[in-house]
Amino acid sequence: MDFRFTPEQESFRKEVRDFLESEMAKGIFKPRCDAWIIGHSPEFSRKIGEKGWIGMTWPKEYGGQGRSYLDRLVLTEELLRYGAPVAAHWFSDRQIGPSIITYGTEEQKKEFLPKIINGEIYFGLGMSEPEAGSDLAALNTRAVEDENGFVLNGQKVWTSGAHSFNYIYLVVRTDPDVPKHKGISEMIVDLNSPGISVNPLVDMTGGRHFNEVFFDNVRVPKTAIIGKRNEGWKQIVAQLDYERSGMERVMANYPLFEAILKYAKETKYKGQPLSKHPLIRQRLAQLTVEFEVGRLLIYKVAWVLSQKRIPNYEASLAKTFCTEFQQRLARTAMEILGPYSQLKPESERAALDGMAVHSFLITPGYTLQAGTSEVLRNILAMRGLGLPAA
Amino acid sequence: MDFGFTEEQEMLKKMARDFLTSRCPKKLVREMEKDEKGYAPEIWKEMAELGWMGLAFPEKYGGGDGTFLDLAVLLDEMGRACLPGPFFPTVVLAGMAILEAGSETQKKELLPQIAQGKLIATLATTEDSPLYDASDISTSASEESGNFVINGTKLFVQDAQTADLIIVSARTKKGSENKEGISLFLVKKGTAGVTTTPLMTIAADKQAEVVFNKVVVPKENLLGELHNGWPVLGKVLQYAAAAKSVEMLGGVQQVLEMTVSYAKERVQFGKPIGTLQAIQHYCADMAIDIDGCRLIIYQAAWALNENMPCAKEVALAKAWVSDAYQRCLISAHQIHGAIGFTEDHDLPLYYRRAKAAELAFGDADVHRETVACEIGL
Repeated sequence: MDFRFTPEQESFRKEVRDFLESEMAKGIFKPRCDAWIIGHSPEFSRKIGEKGWIGMTWPKEYGGQGRSYLDRLVLTEELLRYGAPVAAHWFSDRQIGPSIITYGTEEQKKEFLPKIINGEIYFGLGMSEPEAGSDLAALNTRAVEDENGFVLNGQKVWTSGAHSFNYIYLVVRTDPDVPKHKGISEMIVDLNSPGISVNPLVDMTGGRHFNEVFFDNVRVPKTAIIGKRNEGWKQIVAQLDYERSGMERVMANYPLFEAILKYAKETKYKGQPLSKHPLIRQRLAQLTVEFEVGRLLIYKVAWVLSQKRIPNYEASLAKTFCTEFQQRLARTAMEILGPYSQLKPESERAALDGMAVHSFLITPGYTLQAGTSEVLRNILAMRGLGLPAA
Repeated sequence: MDFGFTEEQEMLKKMARDFLTSRCPKKLVREMEKDEKGYAPEIWKEMAELGWMGLAFPEKYGGGDGTFLDLAVLLDEMGRACLPGPFFPTVVLAGMAILEAGSETQKKELLPQIAQGKLIATLATTEDSPLYDASDISTSASEESGNFVINGTKLFVQDAQTADLIIVSARTKKGSENKEGISLFLVKKGTAGVTTTPLMTIAADKQAEVVFNKVVVPKENLLGELHNGWPVLGKVLQYAAAAKSVEMLGGVQQVLEMTVSYAKERVQFGKPIGTLQAIQHYCADMAIDIDGCRLIIYQAAWALNENMPCAKEVALAKAWVSDAYQRCLISAHQIHGAIGFTEDHDLPLYYRRAKAAELAFGDADVHRETVACEIGL
């Protein structure tokens, strides 16, 4: 048992921090909560790519570094600690690359991986549909094969960043005549293809990262398919474990966590720092306990991956706990700030640059995206504890 | 980073599981609740023969040269089995205190006896306002003609009735801070002026009030430096909080396993209740709590083993498991239904012990306050 990172990993951590500090000093970015999903900056992603920090766990032959998942953990932990704008490459680095490596053909690997690594192309995820949310396998976007390839028709929804990305990693129905889990395939589609239209969905923070994506007789080549035709469901299940278990699940609002601790130390309450108030101490300490527990749960998933094992229930477990922690973080911060907490970021009197109110508004989505907490608890109960299916 | 046990630890775990399954059934646990001594001497002897008491002591003191993490593996299994008896106070409290602070003579005399199962020992430090810090201590010890005379009342002393040796904390000098002027003394069984009265606790776990009335102990019974006992005691209390957390982890894991298997067997509305999502989600929440416990607790045990400063790690662990175990028990009881509410069921054994363990060495509030200090609040 060893709860330390290696000296090499710690020096890598310092390298990442030094880079981020200098970028911040240059005014390239300002720490933001949720920057992994709303901080879209192709320029910044290209810089990260030049550092070799996209696809660092991928094989060297495709431009990766062949480094461990624990090394990547150090990187992602620091990117999130600083709230750096990494949304452009985040999905690609987290799950699209690994899927292409596991299921793609040699040609697909050679075509896409180096471009992802260099920060040249950015992928969105086309999974949910209006009638296929938690029941993802009910998806209905059809891919019909003809002699030239496939013709796509249908609609995706809640597609983060579809208006800024160049590709979409799409889950489609290739066989409607078999049980629903058995007729699904995965494919890569150029978002500039004729017949695709992207329509914004403004979320309750007022921000736009969600979209609806419509497919109207979109033609794609046969080579668009990733992995085995009609076996996409099995591929998705593994991919979702990557999606669910990254550091962002516990650290997306880390800038707020730091800010509220600082606020408690610097704000006076009845003549002494707010942080001396027993109730405030208990609440901030409880958040610290939960944060440390959550971070270890995420570390454990990376450790399981580094052992070449599949985190088949650990990812669901970690995501459930960590996203609920972030909701509690947002709520506690709002309560500590009192009436100021309701002020929107643009208000002059807004506390903490409006970080708390942003987190308060955005965190309800955390327990929905990438598997609702209910679906994840089902997975944990059945896969993790062996309870029988209903 | 490595979250796995070594091969030796896996073997130790299996050995402990097998031994406790056969030698410490719940029937024995129940008998020992009513037994005055609270332990079965023949099992105590067998545990000593297996090398458990001395596991974490160096070989030169008759120990097994193991680590605190090895000891944690054992405590995990003991918590699962609800092992009754004085292992914890003897090994974790007294053993670690002697190992940390004892003179060579004291270590050579006492540790081999503990390792052989021939000496039961405990620590008496908490008094009438137990916060598990230096402010707890108001018992005094004054130097009189080459001896120390101890006066005061200690509370919640584990297994004091059966202890051959009590390590007691006392104030030997007034200091400007609570932590100053504390010393530790070895008080042997039968010393005049020591009165032990059992406390009737819900876990029937043999805690006691110990009154020291003009108890005279010779100078050589001082454990560690005069007036400077707090660093040792503070460290022992960290070991204790971490060790108690590990024991709780074993308990709560067993509670989950009992609950999951009951949910698979119990049929209502024509199917096992474990098929129902409400039940599945209770179980999932327990699993989340427990996986968190495992990581945060073993992190503390590991940090102690590495001899790192780890006040924060220990406090994180005890704060989390104290609350998490209670949450899990509420779900476990809910799933077991009325049968789990009966005295003859195993679940109440865990329910009662979990509360005792939560209260021992600082509950969640106490440890959250430590976390607050450690993060600079």
